Amino acid sequence: MNVARLSASLFASSTQQRRRSAMTLRTLLLYAALILVAILIIGPFIWVISLSFKGTNEAFAYPPTLLPQVPTLKNFAEVLSSDVLPGAFLNSVVVAMTSVITNVVIATLAGYAFARLRFPGSEAVFLTLIASTMVPGAVTLVPLFLMAKNFPLMGGNDLLGHGGTGLLDTIPGVLLPHVIQALNIFLARQFFLEQPEELAEAARIDGATEFGILARVYLPLSLPMIATIAIFAFTGAWEDFLWPLVVTSSPENYTIQVALSAFAGIGGGGIIDWGPLMAATVLATLPLLLAFIFFQRYFVAGLASGSVKG
Amino acid sequence: MVVETLRSARPVPRSSKRLSRMQRHIALTGMIFVAPAVIYVLIFNIFPVIYAFYLSFTNYNPLDRQGPQLQGLDNYRAILASDQFWNALRVTTLYTIEVLPPSIILAIALALLANKPLRGIGLFRAMFYLPRIVSLAAVSLIWLWLYSDHGILSYLASFFGGGVIGWLTSPALALSAVAVMRIWKSLGGNMVLFLAALQGIPQDLYEAAAIDGAGRWAKTLHVTLPGLRPMIVYVTTINIVYLFQSFSELYIMTQGGPVESTTTVNILIYNQAFQYNQLGQASATAFLLFAVIFIFAFFNIRLISARRTAS
Repeated sequence: MNVARLSASLFASSTQQRRRSAMTLRTLLLYAALILVAILIIGPFIWVISLSFKGTNEAFAYPPTLLPQVPTLKNFAEVLSSDVLPGAFLNSVVVAMTSVITNVVIATLAGYAFARLRFPGSEAVFLTLIASTMVPGAVTLVPLFLMAKNFPLMGGNDLLGHGGTGLLDTIPGVLLPHVIQALNIFLARQFFLEQPEELAEAARIDGATEFGILARVYLPLSLPMIATIAIFAFTGAWEDFLWPLVVTSSPENYTIQVALSAFAGIGGGGIIDWGPLMAATVLATLPLLLAFIFFQRYFVAGLASGSVKG
Repeated sequence: MVVETLRSARPVPRSSKRLSRMQRHIALTGMIFVAPAVIYVLIFNIFPVIYAFYLSFTNYNPLDRQGPQLQGLDNYRAILASDQFWNALRVTTLYTIEVLPPSIILAIALALLANKPLRGIGLFRAMFYLPRIVSLAAVSLIWLWLYSDHGILSYLASFFGGGVIGWLTSPALALSAVAVMRIWKSLGGNMVLFLAALQGIPQDLYEAAAIDGAGRWAKTLHVTLPGLRPMIVYVTTINIVYLFQSFSELYIMTQGGPVESTTTVNILIYNQAFQYNQLGQASATAFLLFAVIFIFAFFNIRLISARRTAS
């Protein structure tokens, strides 16, 4: 299947397609079906955005109203002035952006080498990396936690990793499993395999170093690949819930997802204050929504290359 | 460009000695380029699997000063004899069964609908895709509210049944209520994959079918569905792998309750490891889950691929 062509055209209709759509009864029915499905899928979001602008009385009003009668920014103000949420948002930005940089650099270098630089054992090493992605996260959760705890020379640990708390409850600890996703190496390798090899040979004869060939010949061509890996890395780190839940314990180190669930009082019981919580959820979703609006096709390219994460 | 002028100079005769020195240089560079990835994956992806396998045979409790003590198959025996594990496995399997078939069938239907050449179809596709880009934790909180006493779903249900329905507080309903959320969440992502597959089916197959007198339904049955089969295998397999590891939505919406009716294996592992500090037992449970996922994924691939030879 042609993922590249699809991803370029997925969210846009071509002019050729438009000409054929005369308004027959059949197209009318199709639009009715599309609108119905759209309401079902988008409905909850509309509802949430509406709630985030409602005052406390209206949020608990029965029957619920679709639009806020007296729109207010009180919920957003409460979120922004909370002790935990703005910091958690920032933590998530730091972790996600670092993950973008490490993934792009490490995966580009490795993907290029696997595609173009022949070395002994290259194929076996590549297969091992890909095989490592098949292991369920549940298996590595406990050992990763122990490795974070016993990380040498961090958090009061000695050289052998004893005595302190290591990377537990730190931002680098949250980052630990997000430094490189092996699937991104696969993505980069696929990309470089599709590039003409003659470019490298020509530059090599010209005396360019291997790094120079990658940096000056191929990198200018690889912006779509870099964008896909970047989005992949960002969403992976941004959405993660289980690992930051396990590794962080003090609120100032929470990521936004953990802070949201803590803000909702998950596990603590009590009445949830829905207005501020939904305002926080809207804010927590904004970065990915903006990224999606601007870089739609790279989202799809990443998804189609094998990345539906739960 | 420079490259263009150099291309003409390509067939330069090279001495074999120089070539081998160059090859060695390339191989060395290659190894340096892959080194960061290999070292990191070895330490943080592959070593933990071995470590977890070792831990699964120990009684490790971090509060215990003695450190991990090997105790053979005790963990596995205890887990396989415990009701908790079998309940969690039942819940996980049930959840997967409740989510997977509807989300695949609906996603295919959605892809067929969104594949029509209509004005503005791109906007509809983008809207259908939206739940995919909102994090599972955020989406779970949204649905927690929809299902709450003040939420729209309780309000709508009151038209049919009278009183308020405790969607998430009833042991009979909670798992299915979460499953509905998960189906809604997964539709868009799966739709895009099926759209990609649909657009990859060669147009002349439809033309050939039309010449043979096939109607719309016959074309769907004999051209579209067989064309989608490889993607169905792929999507069902990765969904099985992810659904069997479900955690976030259940942790947020039900905390595994009421009365363990939504305690999936992953929630059980989390509780064993981080509520009761039974790291050895949690590792053993994780490996049993690994085996279950492997078996289900394997038979899923066999099952769907077998139908190909039958038809």
